[in-house]
Amino acid sequence: MSNIFSASIGQKLIMSISGLFLVIFLLVHLTVNSLLLANDGMMFNVAAHFMATNPVIRIIEPLLAIGFIIHIFYASLLTLMNMRARPVKYYKVNQKESSTWASRNMYILGAVILIFLVIHIANFYWKLKFGEMPTVNYGNGKIDDTYSLVSGLFIRWWWFDLLYMAGAVFLGLHLTHAFWSLFQTLGWNNDIWRHRLEIIGTVYAYIIAIGFSVIPLYFLISGQSN
Amino acid sequence: MDFTLKIWRQENARSKGKFESYNITGISSDTSFLEMLDILNEQLVAEERETITFDHDCREGICGMCSLFINGRPHGPDDDVTTCQLHMRKFKNNDTIYIEPWRSAAFPVIRDLMVDRNAFDKILQAGGFTSVGTGGVPDGNAILVPRDDAEKAMDAAACIGCGACVAACKNGSAMLFVSAKVSHLALLPQGKAEASRRVKSMVAKMDELGFGNCTNTGACEVECPKNISISNIARMNREYYCAKLKD
Repeated sequence: MSNIFSASIGQKLIMSISGLFLVIFLLVHLTVNSLLLANDGMMFNVAAHFMATNPVIRIIEPLLAIGFIIHIFYASLLTLMNMRARPVKYYKVNQKESSTWASRNMYILGAVILIFLVIHIANFYWKLKFGEMPTVNYGNGKIDDTYSLVSGLFIRWWWFDLLYMAGAVFLGLHLTHAFWSLFQTLGWNNDIWRHRLEIIGTVYAYIIAIGFSVIPLYFLISGQSN
Repeated sequence: MDFTLKIWRQENARSKGKFESYNITGISSDTSFLEMLDILNEQLVAEERETITFDHDCREGICGMCSLFINGRPHGPDDDVTTCQLHMRKFKNNDTIYIEPWRSAAFPVIRDLMVDRNAFDKILQAGGFTSVGTGGVPDGNAILVPRDDAEKAMDAAACIGCGACVAACKNGSAMLFVSAKVSHLALLPQGKAEASRRVKSMVAKMDELGFGNCTNTGACEVECPKNISISNIARMNREYYCAKLKD
């Protein structure tokens, strides 16, 4: 294992493992968030309370933060090295026929997602952790009313809805390349599996993009009708 | 056919290059791209001007010597051919054609369109061989090689080392070349014995020479004149992790 992480392939291995971790996290996140669409909010509040108190989730939370930091750090390091590998740029480049736009702009897409992530943490995570939260009681003691925090923001500010929908689309674009690419880097790929992974990756990216867009869209429409 | 050529001129690796414009007329559509450059050079000689330097050798698409980044693509607009097999009928009359050298920190420009691809030789010297002579042609069934493996090894061995993968890659990565060389040996019994040592030293050399990192855009395999698949890159990654785990 000596020096594996100082080699290019080793650093890419770190990108793919942290990426896989984030891919799984997004699915869990979307599953919990989909409960927001059950409109009395009880299921979402109970799920949010579970996520905030379950010891396993408590251990995974800091790991998730580390996963994000590692993914961003190594993406920056590798991008910098890649820029140095071509000091004089081509005058005319035509890559439209040989690769997808998303695959060529993963770092830019990642930077946009990072800006969104900062706003997202300020909107919800920070308030949940350090703010004054209203509470509800479903018979088993008081728990945070996370539903009113989320629905309140999405109903009150229409442009937050649009911002979150845009964030979901950028995330989806990032994932169209990210998913199969991480398996390629892990070495779990061949001529047969490549097409399978590309299809699964595209379906996954659409689920994430549409799933995370539907929630603010739901509140945007229901907010307007109230 | 008539063309306007914007050709990169550069004195040597240290000097700063620039495009120069040339008009060329009366070119037959069946002229190959390199023949068209020969005709231009003949004209330049007649005018007592400096000729354009470019790499070429066999001119039948098998030696890997010709290069050229033509209108934003390595080996130009035709699929699965090298520049020497590209013909002017693939362009339109009166087209403006931009011709640049491969651009990579690891491939310094020697002059004009000619680049130094010794970096590839150094990677091969780091491990792209079998250390012992495998003797003459063995008896057909003495060493059993599954047909699939033999086919994959042959496909990987089709790499002519032209460097189009590095030129096409937005990161200037040599992963397709190195993975083709690693794969064609690792898949066959004669190459398996040294497979772990080979992949480690070839990857280390590739990193040392300043090639970029693979981000799996797949541009290399599309532009490769020999259709080398990026499945070889996945195989090399597997080989590399397995080799490193044993350390």
